[in-house]
Amino acid sequence: MSTSNPSQTTSGGTPIIKIRNFDFAYGDAQALFDINMDINAKEVTAFIGPSGCGKSTFLRCFNRMNDLIDIARIKAGEIKISDINIYDKNVDAIELRKHVGMVFQKSNPFPKSIYDNIAYGLRIQGVKKKSELDEVVERCLRDAALWDEVKDRLSESALGMSGGQQQRLCIARALAVRPEILLMDEPCSALDPIATAKVEELIHELKKDYTIVIVTHSMQQAARVSDRTAFFYLGKLIEYGQTDQIFMNPRDPQTEAYISGRFG
Amino acid sequence: MKPFYQHELEDLRTKLILIGEKANEAARLAIDGFLEDDLSKLNQAISLDDAIDELEVEIDQASVRYITLRSPVSSDVRFILVAIKASHDLERAGDEAHNIALRAKNILNQGGRSGNTMIIKQMSQLTCLMMKDAITALVEKDLELAHAVIQRDKEVNALHKENFKILTIGSADDSETSTSFQKVFISKSIERIADHAKNLAEEVIYLLK
Repeated sequence: MSTSNPSQTTSGGTPIIKIRNFDFAYGDAQALFDINMDINAKEVTAFIGPSGCGKSTFLRCFNRMNDLIDIARIKAGEIKISDINIYDKNVDAIELRKHVGMVFQKSNPFPKSIYDNIAYGLRIQGVKKKSELDEVVERCLRDAALWDEVKDRLSESALGMSGGQQQRLCIARALAVRPEILLMDEPCSALDPIATAKVEELIHELKKDYTIVIVTHSMQQAARVSDRTAFFYLGKLIEYGQTDQIFMNPRDPQTEAYISGRFG
Repeated sequence: MKPFYQHELEDLRTKLILIGEKANEAARLAIDGFLEDDLSKLNQAISLDDAIDELEVEIDQASVRYITLRSPVSSDVRFILVAIKASHDLERAGDEAHNIALRAKNILNQGGRSGNTMIIKQMSQLTCLMMKDAITALVEKDLELAHAVIQRDKEVNALHKENFKILTIGSADDSETSTSFQKVFISKSIERIADHAKNLAEEVIYLLK
């Protein structure tokens, strides 16, 4: 295991997330060690690595989801989004999450209508005008490639949708508040291959307007959808680079071993 | 539903067609240059070699990239394998065209002429047609045409054997003997181009069957 962790910056893009010397722990157990990396705007960045390597923990740091865990703490370093340190005491986590949306492993639509699922975030923000809500619901469902499938049953319960549709609804719901960044934590792990292909197609479309960071256990998925890939192992960022380079010519032997299934 | 990276396969197909066209053009220019004692055509044939080599490398890299990143299956995998093999055959056909052009230049430089080339003319017509049809079979997915290409290879082989016998009969004149040797090699190169066209046709059959 290489212990060096040089700053891993991106080339040929505009960084929107900058992580410097980032150490993170759950109580006494350190989960992330001295992470340095830049994540480019309007690109798809994939985090790969074996279970427990810290990739989901790291993802959840970008919208401070770990604040909800009592023992979670940042030991050192910083994460800046659009040049603002998101762990600065003046930053409101709720406000941050409007800019950094999240989609989880298991689709979790609210037990409400399809329409209300999308409109929920806006209503919380105080938007009441029906025409405005209608417009956002249609835009988000179109952006999530779901509009044609559900436009005639917007008032039906979201729980009646297929698993793949529910996951795309969750993506549409995340888009409603116009985030700049979309975090996806294994968004396809509960989906069949067809639904997975639709979500991957959607990710490819969404990167025109959004920055996407995705955690995935599927290396094929990372290879298909991402522009850059980061490989984590035991809480350390082992290698980060263009997806082509990581999968075709990794520099670190551990990356090579992991992506070719010879790990351990 | 076509995946969002489908265009990468289309790009690969376009590159394969392009290398086929360039190899065919190189062969035609080299053979015509030889038959017509035309230095300009020979130089044009030689100048195509680098572009053909570069295309083969590009096809190879794009194929490896597609296999690595896109996890292809079924007909997509077969197409990738055919792209790698076919581009290699076409590159070798380009090399043979390059060799023909160099030997024909040698003949001209030594004051020789192509002379009586009836059999080579017949061979080259058949070979250029084989190349053209093999590429057409690939582009238009024409199984029947691919089979026809393979059949024509036997005719080219027979003509080359006949040519070999005629050209290897000794001559009292040293310069004529040297020209005859060059012609034997040119005949062999044309026969090899036909072999590569045949291989390409076999790869098309593998792809379509």
